[in-house]
Order: sequence, then structure tokens, then C-alpha cells
Amino acid sequence: MADEEVVVLGFWTSTYGTRATIALDEKGVKYEYREEDLSNKSSLLLQMNPVHKKIPVLIHNGKPVCESLIIVQYVDEVWRDKAPLLPSDPYQRARARFWADFIDKKVVFDAGKKLWSTKGEEHEAAKKEFIEILTQLEGELGDKPYFGGERFGFLDVALITFYTWFYAFETCGNFSIEAECPKLIAWAKRCMQKDSVWKTLPDHKKVYEFVIGMKKMFGME
Amino acid sequence: MAEVKLLGFWPSFFVHRVIWALKLKGVSYEYIEEDLSNKSQLLLQSNPVYKKVPVLVHGGKTIAESLIILEYIEETWPEKPLLPKDPHEKALARFWIQFGVEKIRPSLGAYFRAVGDEEQEKATKELHEALKILEEQVLGDKIFFGGDTIGLGDIACGALSYWFECVEEAVGKKVLEPGTLPRLHAWAQNFKQVPVIKESLPDHGRLLDYVKHTREKFVLAKSTAQ
Repeated sequence: MADEEVVVLGFWTSTYGTRATIALDEKGVKYEYREEDLSNKSSLLLQMNPVHKKIPVLIHNGKPVCESLIIVQYVDEVWRDKAPLLPSDPYQRARARFWADFIDKKVVFDAGKKLWSTKGEEHEAAKKEFIEILTQLEGELGDKPYFGGERFGFLDVALITFYTWFYAFETCGNFSIEAECPKLIAWAKRCMQKDSVWKTLPDHKKVYEFVIGMKKMFGME
Repeated sequence: MAEVKLLGFWPSFFVHRVIWALKLKGVSYEYIEEDLSNKSQLLLQSNPVYKKVPVLVHGGKTIAESLIILEYIEETWPEKPLLPKDPHEKALARFWIQFGVEKIRPSLGAYFRAVGDEEQEKATKELHEALKILEEQVLGDKIFFGGDTIGLGDIACGALSYWFECVEEAVGKKVLEPGTLPRLHAWAQNFKQVPVIKESLPDHGRLLDYVKHTREKFVLAKSTAQ
């Protein structure tokens, strides 16, 4: 694998972009990370993802792979000899995919987005919805150390990237996620001890400042 | 071999996808028709998160969400593969299936629901643009999305053939025409002729009635809302 060229186009706060880099780090793959300015997208990004023009994009020996969960599965298949992310059993794989799809469908991020972009009754409804989603995920975790069981896996990668946004959600929403979902927070802190995770994820206070900036930009103070 | 059951609803194209995949793989299964206005205990227990069909029950284990079921079928019965072996080709197939979910389906939904000239024109244009991408960038010169034989991509898009024909008839306006989308139109005809697909399609008349009835509900809802 010596002459592999791997490039990731990402954005520092993106919960989707960081999934790609965590997966690569888990596998010990050397790659070049390029930060995109989303208000001024590079010609490489536009060339490699002309359909959506979004990050993340993984470029492996010149060939692009787009969509974060598709990238994670690709990384898992190509570099299969180290740190398997998806389980080998088809049913367990289906379960992991189901819950990752749940995360993206319920769009934890969008439910969270309502937390910092709404007020009053809408805001209270958003809080309730957000906690319901996290509680369902907590149910899937059960008493396991990771969603993947004994090992950090696909679903852990899919969800952990949202953790550094929790501080922003809690501060804007004036509530404690840990109080509502203690097992999930315990799981998140366990994941944060992994090099592949803490080295990639942005500092939660910086994410909060980013959110405040976005709120100002959209006139939502 | 553990028992396979499929909980379904006869007009649902999500359910049809699973039927096609099981048949293409030669997997025997028991089909259980659900009354969606009175969901069975089995359905509610098997899919507590969404309470929807299709649900595949294999040896007591339950799998929900049609595209996830398709990947499960592909991995559990790997003979007669429906996805490419090469990781990059596989990622590309998955990408376009995801594109179908994010861009094609909402446009189809909007077209189905559009009432009045302005709304219909806008919906038709957007749908046509999304289908053009499928035709030019995904299908290209191939007969099927899977190449010479059908694959998961064809199964995922299958509704664009028989189901969409009924929608066009109910709405009264064609979009998938040989003049404007020649390759995709040809794909739709070829897809319906694949033996496993042909023998599995619901009765056209019955499906048309169902689709027309659904369309009437949209039109009525819009007109009473005004």
C-alpha cells in the first residue's frame, strides 16, 4: 500500500467530514487533509463531487468517493486488514447500517440545528425531539462499551462526530444532555480517549463560537 | 436454512424491491400482507422505530428499511451478486442509490402531489432535471444500471418503470418519454421485461386504481385547503 495517494476534502466543524478522517485514522492510513472554504469551493471539490458539491470527498489514487457513510464503508473494505469497522455478520452489519441511517434520517444535526435557530414553543419541541432521538440511540447501545460491541465500529464513527456539537446545543438550549442520557455521554467520553477521535474532532468551545457566529449571520440572537 | 418472512403491503414499491432481490437470489420466503390501517403485532414488534413495511424476518431476526434489507440480502446470499466487487465501483453504485433517495424520490413526490398549472410545471421541470442526471451520468450507454444484467441500482430505481407509469397516468402528464429521456425510457421497458420483475409486478389495473385514488386525495386536500 506504499504508493497509495489518499486525500480528504473536509470542513473542520462538519460532523460528516470528521467521520471520514476518523475511519482513516482507525486504519492507520496516511492521507492529506485539505480544509475547504465552503463559501469559495475549490475547483478540486467541484470536479470531484460535481453532483452535490459537498464535503467530505475521499480521493483515492485520483478516484473520488462521496457521502460520509459510503466513504467509511469504502475505507473499511479497502483497508480491511486493520481495525474492522463493520461487523462480519450480515445481520449485525444491517443493524449498524440501520442505526447510522437513523442518525442521518432523523438528522441529529438538523434536530440540533432547530435548538439554536428557534425560540419559545418551537425551541421546547426541538429539545424534546432531540432528546428522544438520543434516548433511542442509547437504547441501541445498551450496556455495551461501544455500539460495535467490545470494539469501536461503524456506528460509533457515525455518531461520535456529533458529540463536539453537544456543548453548543446544551448552551443554546439551556439543558444538560448528560442528565437526560448519561450512558450515551459515558460512551462518548470513552470514544474521546481514542487517538483517532480526539485528534480529529474540533474543540467543543470552538464549535460553540462557530454556532454563535452562524446565529449572528442568520440574525438569530 | 432459516425461515424467511417478508412483511409487506401490495402497492408499496419499497416492498417490491425486496421481493425482486429475494427472487433474483432464489430465496424462498413467506409473504405476509399487512393492513397498514391496523398494523399487526409482528410488524410493531419487528420495526418499533418506524412501524413501516417492508420488514424482513430471517430466522427470527428483523431487518427494516428497504435499502438496508437489500444490502443484507446481498451479503447473506452472495451468489448472483447485485453489487460490483470492486470497492470503488461499489461505492459509486451506493452513491447513485443515495442520489435516488435524496433527489429523485422527493422530486417524484412533488410531481405526484402538484396541483395547478404553476406547481405542476415547476415539479415537472425539477423531476425532468433529476432524471436527466440519471440518464446521462448514471445509465449512460448501459442497458441497465448494473451493466448487462440488473443490479441493486436497477432494483432501487425500479419504481421509475411500472409505478411511475401509473403516476403519469393519474397526473395526466408524461415525463419519462422516448423523445426527451430516450435511454431511461428504454431502460424502463427493458426492466419490466426481466423475467423475475415481469412475474412479480402487481396487476397494472389494480395499481393504477390505487395510484389514482391516492392522487385524488392530494387534489382534494389542496382544493379544500384553499
